[in-house]
This record gives sequence, structure tokens and C-alpha cells, in this order.
Amino acid sequence: MMLTASHITLKYGERKAVSDVSFSLQEGQWLMVIGPNGAGKSSLIAALSNTRPFQGKVTVRGQDIRILPPRPRAQAVGVLAQHQALHYAFTVEEVVRLGRYAHRNGWLAAHDPQGEAMVGQALQWTGMAELRERSVLTLSGGERQRVFLAQVLAQDPAILMLDEPAEALDLKYQKTLFELTDVWAAQPGKAVISVVHDLSVARRFGSHALLMRDGKCLAQGTKAEVLQPKHLNKAYGMDVGAWMRTLALPWAGYENGQNGNNQV
Amino acid sequence: MNKQASQEGLSPYAWLLMGVGVLVTALVCISVGSVTLPLGTTWKTLLEAILGRVPQEGVAAPILLSVRTPRVVAAGLTGAALSLCGAAMQGLLRNPLADGSTLGVSSGASLGAVLAMALGLQIPGLPNAGPMVMAILFAFLSLLLILFLAYAFDRSFSTHTIILVGVIFSMFAGSLISLVIAFSGEMLRTITFWSMGSLAGASYTQGLLLLIALAVFGGLLLVRGGELNAFAIGEENAHHIGINVRRVKLEALVCVSAMIGVGVSIGGTIGFVGLIVPHIVRLITGPNHRKLLPAATLAGAVFLMLSDLLARTALSPVELPIGVVTSLIGASTFVAVIFRRRKRRAA
Repeated sequence: MMLTASHITLKYGERKAVSDVSFSLQEGQWLMVIGPNGAGKSSLIAALSNTRPFQGKVTVRGQDIRILPPRPRAQAVGVLAQHQALHYAFTVEEVVRLGRYAHRNGWLAAHDPQGEAMVGQALQWTGMAELRERSVLTLSGGERQRVFLAQVLAQDPAILMLDEPAEALDLKYQKTLFELTDVWAAQPGKAVISVVHDLSVARRFGSHALLMRDGKCLAQGTKAEVLQPKHLNKAYGMDVGAWMRTLALPWAGYENGQNGNNQV
Repeated sequence: MNKQASQEGLSPYAWLLMGVGVLVTALVCISVGSVTLPLGTTWKTLLEAILGRVPQEGVAAPILLSVRTPRVVAAGLTGAALSLCGAAMQGLLRNPLADGSTLGVSSGASLGAVLAMALGLQIPGLPNAGPMVMAILFAFLSLLLILFLAYAFDRSFSTHTIILVGVIFSMFAGSLISLVIAFSGEMLRTITFWSMGSLAGASYTQGLLLLIALAVFGGLLLVRGGELNAFAIGEENAHHIGINVRRVKLEALVCVSAMIGVGVSIGGTIGFVGLIVPHIVRLITGPNHRKLLPAATLAGAVFLMLSDLLARTALSPVELPIGVVTSLIGASTFVAVIFRRRKRRAA
């Protein structure tokens, strides 16, 4: 078992952002955490990565995440967080290189034989190799997101946690991101948990899903079990299928070189 | 590997250049004063003293060895410590306006020194060391109080809480200092002058104390460059990549407090060094703390040695408080730097 979460509760003051959520994740699985705004999806990631204090227990590869020292924890769990506010003009490469921190041991000796290769590969994967010398302050929102994606890929954790990773990314890099994550999850000893808003992505990618609303888990299991009208309509308070079909409609005929149906 | 090393730390060439810069500045500052001596004479006298030979007769040796050298050494070490503290705090707190005084420890240290002066406190066996010992004691007590309050307010020990508690504590200590000054009677002038900062009368013992503080606590900060980079990018990101956020933060705060405490106890409140020097150095080295911290340390030494030279020579024989000189140079340089940057950006 890669990760087990038992009775996770996370509070902001008296308000419960996550309330008694339990699930487990096995090697090779990609868990899509979905739900409306304020459902507690990002807070769940904060608890699972021990970023915020929580009640309950999270074990990663059998070890309690609260007891794991920071470096082994970062080797086990890597997080791509939302909204990275930047204040200083670090270069792209400097930020990505920090992803290797958990693999370097000792104060002065930065012995990390795979480090250079991993950093180079992460920059290539995210299309940031050309911009490696650029200051992060001069990058667009989407490019910054790719820098931090490259950082967490260079970190090479066993469990990759992505909190709304496609936000601010253009179509090309959304495609790259999800296809890359698909390949990543299939590697031995890896698993992925990602928070996504786009239900089409959740239907297309991932193996499992966890649907949240008001901090609670409404449904969990395989994609087929969770992404059903009865669960989704209840969680979002609307006819989800009808809306998704409405969105897809204008694309009918697009492949044949026609302009598609722009009438909704 | 070489590429990585060159990207992450100062190059040997930069080290050499800055090291030579510090030594030449020190030599010039020791030579120039009310009586200006040729650089060659200064060099020879210092070399003879270092080699343990009896210096030649004349006015040069006593002035150089017992007055100017300890003062210049104290100025260099204080500048280095203040600048290093500023650079570290600006990274740690992700705030380019932070410096060693942001935490409130320097106000605490000042309160200790002012109390010692007002009460005429003497330490048995250590003549005139009352203010110094009290400043160091109060610096540590302030740090304990600030950390205790920050932790009591917010168990996650967040940066915002630390800054808030630091600012409140500074104001509180400042008002206590005013209160002590109001009742200080004939010590008013001494205290006021001290509070503006001065390195006049610095001794080798004080220099040694500064050197120890810089070597121990500054050394601990210098090897934390990588961690400070992560803090400067974001505390949550630092946690995610595997940094022990609370431990590194606590270590850095203790190191900064110790250096500020010793610095204030010897030179009084010397403002702007910790703010302006790292700022200008960052424009050259970039924000990578593996380069920024050592470069800011050496540049701080040069800056304060030159400021002290100006303080004692500009209106000679009247001596200016060094804090006034650093603030005047600092504020005007700061404005000039910001103007140039804006202009360049606009272009």
C-alpha cells in the first residue's frame, strides 16, 4: 500500500475543511480528487502532505507521515501546490534544482549523482529547458506553473500530489501534463493524487476518483464507480452530464474542417 | 559537477576579488585619519606587529595599533555581521525590507545597554563592559520572549506572526528606552550619542568577540544558503521539498539574534547596513543565497569601514555618529538604485 488516510479531519478555526475522510492508494493508481469549490480538495492535499496540522492518520509506505523526517517525507511525497507567489528573481534552473534537496545529504557535500540528469529531464519534459536561465519573475502564470511542475518532477517522489495542476496552463501543456502524469503513474513504485476541476480530464485520465463536497467524501472507488450521474449531480447540484454535452456540442464537425456548430 | 558548483556558490575569482577589496579598504581606513600616514608605513607597522617585532619609534605605531586598527577591525566585523543578518532575514522572511532589526532583538539589546548606562552598571573584573554584557543578555532575553509570544499566538510559527511580534516588541522596547532616557539625568548625552551608533574606542577584545560571533553564528548561516533559497521562494514549497522548516527558521533566528546582540553591544544601533548592502549585492549576484550571503558579508565589511572613515574624517575633529552616516549614505543610495532600476525597466 502506497498511502493510507484514516479519518482525516482538517479545521480552519472551528470550520471543518475536511471531515473524516478515509481512503487508500496503491502502486500504479492515479486518484482524481474532484468536487465543487470549497469542497476541501486542496485542504485534503495539505493534510496528506503534512503541510497543515490535521486529525487522523496518514501513512506513506507504512510509515506515519507525522513521524517521517522531512527528507524521507519529500522522497515519498511531492506536491505541486496552487498559486506560487514569487518575490525574488531566481532563475528557472535554480528553482527546479531545489527539487533535489531531499536527495542531497550532508551540509556541504551535495552528493547527488542522478541530480543533474533529473533536473535536465524535468526541464525538458516541461518545455522549460530553453528558459532555464530566465528569471522566474519574468515568466507568465502558466510558465511559472511549469517551473514548479519541473521542480516536483526533479524531486522524483513516490507519490505525486498535484493540486489543480492544469490551472493557467495552455492546451499544449495541459495535454503534456496529463499524458506525462499517466506515464509517471505507470512506473513501478509510483502513484498520483491530483485535484482537478475538469471532469472530462477525470473521465479520460486516472484510475480512481474521490468525490468531495463540504469537506466530506461523497463517493470513492474506481472512476467508473464514482463518475456517475447520481454522485456528480448531487455533488455539484446540477445536471453535470447535460452541461458537459453542451460544452462538447460546438465541436461537432470540427474534425472535417468545418467551423463547427457555434450555436448553443 | 563544475557547472553545478559555479552556479551555486561564489567563484574563486569573486572570492579573491572581494577578499582583496576588504583588505585594501581596511589598509586605507587604518592609514587615513586626523594624521594620515602613507599606506606603505601602515603596512609595514601592521606586518611588524603581526610578526611580533617591536615597532619603530614615533607617533605612527601607537595611533595605528592601539586606536585605528581595533576600530577598523570592529567596523569591518560589525558591517559584515549586520549585512549577513540582513541578507539572511530578507530571504527567511521573504521580505526585501527585513533586516536584523526586524525581529526586535536589536531594540531589546539597545534597551539593555541603555539601562546599564543610566544605572551606571559595572561588571566586576570587566571595566566599562556593563552596557555590552547587558546588551547581549537583553538580546537573548528578547529573542526568547519574541519566540515565546510568536509560538503562543500561532503554533505553526508563521513568518507573518514573527514579523508582527517583532515590530510590536521593537515599539515596546523603544518606548521603554525613551522612558529610561527621560529619567537618565546627566547620562542623557552619553546615551543619546551611543544610540546613534559609534565605534570610537573599540578594543581588540571587542573585535575578538565580534569575530567569534561572526565565525560561529555567521558560519552557521552561511552553510544554510540552500535552505534560505527555498524560504525565499516560499515556506510551503520549502516544506514540500523536504526542508525542516521550523528547525531552520529557529536556527537562523538564533544566529541573527546573537550577531545583532553582539553588534549592538559594541557599536550601538547602526541602521541601514543590513537593508541596503544585501539589496545592492543582490542586484549583482542575483538572489541565490549561496552567492548572496558571502558576498553581502564581505561587502558589509567594506561599507561599514568606509562609513566609519567618513564619520571620523568628514567634519574632523568633530566625529559624526556612524549610524547617521550609514543612514545618510544608505537612504540616498537606496533611492538612486531604485530610480535606476525603474528607469532601466521602463526602457
